[in-house]
Amino acid sequence: MHRFANPARFMRVSGTVLPWLAALTALMLVAGLVLGFRAPPDYQQGDTVRIMFIHVPAAWMAVFGYSSLALASAAALIWRHPLAEIAAQQSAPLGAGFTALCLITGSLWGAPMWGTWWVWDARLTSVLVLFFLYLGYIALVHAFDDPSRGSRAASVLALVGSVNVPIIHYSVEWWSTLHQPASVMRLGGPTIDRSILLPLLVMALAFTLLFIVLLLIRMRAALLERKIRALRLLEAEAAGTEYGFAAPEVSA
Amino acid sequence: MMEFLAMGGYALYVWPAYGAALLVLGSLTVNAVLRYRSAERELASLNARRPGGAR
Repeated sequence: MHRFANPARFMRVSGTVLPWLAALTALMLVAGLVLGFRAPPDYQQGDTVRIMFIHVPAAWMAVFGYSSLALASAAALIWRHPLAEIAAQQSAPLGAGFTALCLITGSLWGAPMWGTWWVWDARLTSVLVLFFLYLGYIALVHAFDDPSRGSRAASVLALVGSVNVPIIHYSVEWWSTLHQPASVMRLGGPTIDRSILLPLLVMALAFTLLFIVLLLIRMRAALLERKIRALRLLEAEAAGTEYGFAAPEVSA
Repeated sequence: MMEFLAMGGYALYVWPAYGAALLVLGSLTVNAVLRYRSAERELASLNARRPGGAR
C-alpha cells in the first residue's frame, strides 16, 4: 500500500487502471439492472423488491464510504500523508450521495410496505445521523482560513463519528425496529432466495466499483488542483519581484 | 410492456427509486469528470504560459 502513497506514482497507476475499472463498472451496472428487472417479484412484497437492488447496495456504500473516510482520516492524522488527507476529503461527498440515495429509496420502499415514509426507529435514525456526519465533515474541512487546520479538525470529527458505524450495523438487533434485521451479511449465510440474491450482489459490486472509480477521478482532480495552486503561487511571486514588491529595501 | 411499466401496481414507488439513483449517481459522475477535465485544461494553459515550458 505504501508504494502507491507517492502522488506522482498514484497519478500514473490510477491513470492506467481507471479506463478498465470504468468499463467494468458500466458492465456490472448493466448486468445488475438486467438481472434486477428479470428477477421474479417477491411473493409478499411484489415488485417493490426491486427497490432493494438500489437501497441495500447504497446502504452498504454509505457505511463502506464512512469506514474508508475514518481510516483515511486516521492515516492523515498519524502520518500526515497528503494522499490520505485527499482520499478522506474526496470520499466524503460520495458517501453523502450514497447515504442520501439509501434514505430516499428506503422511504420509497417504506411507504407501500410499512405504510409510512419515515419512522424514528434506531436504524433509520442512525443512518440519518451518518448523513449529517458526512455533511458536518465537509463543512468543517472548509470552515478555516488555514486549510491544514480545517482538515485536522475534520479528521478528528470523522474518527469520533465512527462510533456510529457499529451502531448502524447492530441497531436492528439492539433495539426493536420497524426495519428488518440483516438477511445477507449474517452468521449462517443469507436468507434471501438465490433469484434475488444474485442481482443484489451484482448491483453491490457495481456500486462498489463506481465508488472506487469516482474516488480515483476526484483524487486525481484534487492533485491537479493542488499543482495549479502551487504554480499560481510561483507566478505571483515572480510577478512580485519583477515589479519590486518583494524587495522593500530597494524602494529607498 | 405496459405490464412491465406498471410494476405490479407499485410503479409509483419503484420507478422514482431508480430515478433517484440515476439522478444522484449521475450527478456525482458528471461532477467528478467535469472537475477533472477543467483542472486538466487549466494546468495545461498554466504550463504553456511558463517560460520554462511544460512540466
